[in-house]
Amino acid sequence: MHPTHLRYSKEHEWLHVEQGKGTMGITDFAQHELGDIVYVELPEPGRQFKAGEVIGTIESVKAVSEIYAPVSGEVLEVNSALGDEPQKVNRDPHGEGWICRVSLADSGEVGNLMDAAAYESFVGK
Amino acid sequence: MARRTPLHAVHIAAGARMVEFAGWEMPVQYSGVIAEHMAVRQAAGIFDVSHMGEIVARGPEALAFVQSLTSNDAAKLVPGRIQYSALTTPAGTFVDDVLVYCLGESDYLLVVNAGNAAKDFAWIREHAAGRDVVVEDVSPQWAQIALQGPRALEILRPKVREPIDGLRYYSFMMAEVDGASSIVSRTGYTGEDGFEVYCPADAAPAIWNALLREGERHGLKPAGLGARDTLRLEAKMALYGNDIDDTTTVLEADLGWIVQLEKGEFLGRDVLLRQRDAGIERKLVGFQVPGRSVARHGYPALSDGRRVGTVTSGSFAPFLQKNIGLAYLPRGMWEPGTPFAVEIRGRAEPAVVVPTPFYKRQR
Repeated sequence: MHPTHLRYSKEHEWLHVEQGKGTMGITDFAQHELGDIVYVELPEPGRQFKAGEVIGTIESVKAVSEIYAPVSGEVLEVNSALGDEPQKVNRDPHGEGWICRVSLADSGEVGNLMDAAAYESFVGK
Repeated sequence: MARRTPLHAVHIAAGARMVEFAGWEMPVQYSGVIAEHMAVRQAAGIFDVSHMGEIVARGPEALAFVQSLTSNDAAKLVPGRIQYSALTTPAGTFVDDVLVYCLGESDYLLVVNAGNAAKDFAWIREHAAGRDVVVEDVSPQWAQIALQGPRALEILRPKVREPIDGLRYYSFMMAEVDGASSIVSRTGYTGEDGFEVYCPADAAPAIWNALLREGERHGLKPAGLGARDTLRLEAKMALYGNDIDDTTTVLEADLGWIVQLEKGEFLGRDVLLRQRDAGIERKLVGFQVPGRSVARHGYPALSDGRRVGTVTSGSFAPFLQKNIGLAYLPRGMWEPGTPFAVEIRGRAEPAVVVPTPFYKRQR
């Protein structure tokens, strides 16, 4: 359910770090809790943020939820395909439903995130 | 601890997501709100609404009693007919919105919202003092299953011993459903044709499963509170606690058709009479948000940067594929086409008043 190559935040974001760059999105647990997603408000490329900062919003039919930055850094690229197909976040939250690619201000922050086993026990699975 | 309906185990077995609502543990969704919503618009959906309350008033003064507590004209009812009405406060606001079933000449059934059932019963009992009427909360005896959508009749027909095709909208009959004595009512909260079946609590699981089996080839889906909310909003049906409550009058809620001032005295009549003559200052109107953000309950409505009202309901509308909502807006802003804004996360998001209901089924 939650792949082992990702790192997870308590706010239900995932982060995949490769060659010093990160890709992030919301977890399968989060998309399941939200239900049918109808809109993803993406951050602007170039925006700098601190870990824990709100960088976007996800609207489902029944709820609205913030997207929190799992680490500090800068937005490099956003998944603009979510504009037409926000339901990709429901269908493939850890893949095609990615939210943005980021540069990391401090790669040491990744160590504050949970691995898949810790995250699954955090969400009570 | 939240109460459970007689269908609780059935929902768990079906993999429903359960939430607490109005003191009850209820299914909010099974397959997903959008899929369930579309099933009701295009085929049929089955809902557990056993959390609703049922209160009986009977006795020689039953009609006069119901008349004194409600805004619609219950004298127009004959046995077998149903009326949407408001249980009013002396201020012309809502204790609750209710369905009044005329069971017999001196026998009425009031169907009330789950979250208000205890309050309503206390209110009704208090006002029954000194009158020749007996009131009884019969909620625990009844389960309620709503079958809604264009295929509802075909699905229900083979499970009812009596013929139901001739049952008119807002009418009911006593009937045997899957062998259990029930009330079959042609009513609903979705904007579609459909039925609400009041059955004995212990018969509910068998009826539910029989309808699901029968409905399989018709595209019937179990539907939860999530879809119930988006369906009722598209049809502009008010939700107590969101759109109406004891601070909003029946006229402000744009429900003038259930205010029958000529019928005689009832609680709040003088206030409603004054409002009718002088006009109301604010009214519940429908709006659309052309942008992608969803206006939700409690968000401020703005005009020229100033707060002028409040959103009471708002959602992405799955059938209409639009962001819609209801808001109380001041006089002068009720005409369809009137632009205003909704404050969404600190931003003034453009909105426009539109005609309601947002969705009306083809007959």
